[in-house]
Amino acid sequence: MGLLSTKSKEILLGPLSRNNPVIVQMLGICSALAVTSKLEPSIVMGISVTVVVAFANVIISLLRNTIPNRIRIIVQLVVVAALVTIVSEVLKAFAYDVNKQLSVFVGLIITNCILMGRLEAFALGNGPWAAFLDGIGNGVGYAVILIIVGFFRELLGSGTLLGFRVVPQAFYDFGYVNNGLIILPPMALIVVAVIIWVHRSRNKTLQEN
Amino acid sequence: MIMNRDSNIYTVVYASVMVVLVAVILAYTSEALRGYQKKNEDNDKRQQILRSINVKAAANEAEARYNELIKEAFLVNDKGEKVDGNAFSIDIVKAFDQHTYPVFIADVEGKTKYIMAMQGAGLWGPLWGYIAVDDDRNTIFGADFSHAGETPGLGAEIAGAAFSSRFPGKRLFYGNTFKSVAVVKPGKSVANQDYVDGISGSTITSKGVDKMIFDSLSGYVQFLTSQNQ
Repeated sequence: MGLLSTKSKEILLGPLSRNNPVIVQMLGICSALAVTSKLEPSIVMGISVTVVVAFANVIISLLRNTIPNRIRIIVQLVVVAALVTIVSEVLKAFAYDVNKQLSVFVGLIITNCILMGRLEAFALGNGPWAAFLDGIGNGVGYAVILIIVGFFRELLGSGTLLGFRVVPQAFYDFGYVNNGLIILPPMALIVVAVIIWVHRSRNKTLQEN
Repeated sequence: MIMNRDSNIYTVVYASVMVVLVAVILAYTSEALRGYQKKNEDNDKRQQILRSINVKAAANEAEARYNELIKEAFLVNDKGEKVDGNAFSIDIVKAFDQHTYPVFIADVEGKTKYIMAMQGAGLWGPLWGYIAVDDDRNTIFGADFSHAGETPGLGAEIAGAAFSSRFPGKRLFYGNTFKSVAVVKPGKSVANQDYVDGISGSTITSKGVDKMIFDSLSGYVQFLTSQNQ
C-alpha cells in the first residue's frame, strides 16, 4: 500500500492486534462490559467511539502547541464532551431508533478511557494526520473486541444475532436453554478474559514472565 | 509576541475562550437539529400508540396511519369528565400529576378501541406505554411498553412484541372492581386477577411494569366505568 508510510501503517494497524486498546492496553473495559449484551448496540457503540476518538485526536493534535499545560486534561474533556454531545444530537435527529437503543451509553463515551488515554498519550505529541490514524486504529480495535464479545453474548444469552433467531427451535425442544448468566456484565469480563488468553497465546511477544 | 503558556492570564483567557466557543457550537447544533428531533419524537410516539392497537407502522408512514386510525384524542380527569388540553403533546408525567389522563379513540376495522397512557419507573429510569381496550372498556386489545434505559437483553425486553403480546385478551376488571393486570414471575399465578408472565431475570423492571399498569390505569377507572360518554 503506497498510500501510507510504514510508520502511518503501524499507527493505524497496530491497535487492531498487537497494541489493541482493550485487550493489550486494558482501556475501555468498562463500556466493553456494559453495551455488549446485544450485537447491534456493540456495533453502533464501536462506530461512535471510532468517530469521537478520531476527531478528538485531530482537534487536540491541532491545539497541542497552544494548550496550557496545567489545564490540558480539562481542555481534553471539554473537546470530548462537545463531540459526544454532537454525536448524540446527530443520532437523535437522523438515527432515532439506534439512539434509543444506546440511550445512556452514548453519553458514557465521555468516560471511555480510550479517549483520554489516546489524547494524553498520542495526540498531545503528534501531528493531526498521525493522530487521526491513531484514533481510527484504536476506535476500530475497540469496535472489533466489542463485536466479538457482543456476538458470543447475544448468541449464547439470547439465541439471536442482531435480533434474528439463529438457534433453531429444535434445540429448545431437546431441552437447550439460553444462558441468562452471560447477559450479565460479569460474564462479559470472562469473555474478554478468554479473548485476551487466546490473543496472548498466539502472540509470544506479549507474554509476561 | 511569544506567549508564556504557563502564565495564569494565558490559562484563564484560554479556558474562557474555549468554553464560550464550545457553548456556541453546541447551541447551534442543538438549534439546527431540533426540528428533525421533534419530528422523530412525535413519530416515535405515534408508532407507540399505533403498536398498542397492534398496528406496525414505519417511522415515515406513522403520521398518515395515525391520522387515519385515531379518530379522537382528549384528556379526562379522574372523575371521567373531559377537560381542556392537547392529549398528544402533553407531558404525561405532568398530566398525571394534575390528575388529567390522555385518551385516544381508535377505529380499528369498524370497532372502537380506547387507548390509555401509562407511566412509571423501572430499574434504571422511567417506563411508559400505551394500553388499548375494546369497547367493553375492560378487555385489553393491545399494549406497548417503552423504557429509557433498562438493561439490554433483560429489562429492555419489555419493549419487544414478545412481552406486549402477552396482554391482549386480559381483563382489567374482575367482577365490577378494578384489579389491573398483574405481571408475575414466570410460572407463578395470582388469584382473582388476570396476569401475565414477567421477564425472567429482571424482577425489578417487571414489578415496575406491574405497578405502572395499576397506578396509571387507576386514574382512568371512572372513565372506564362511566358508560354515558
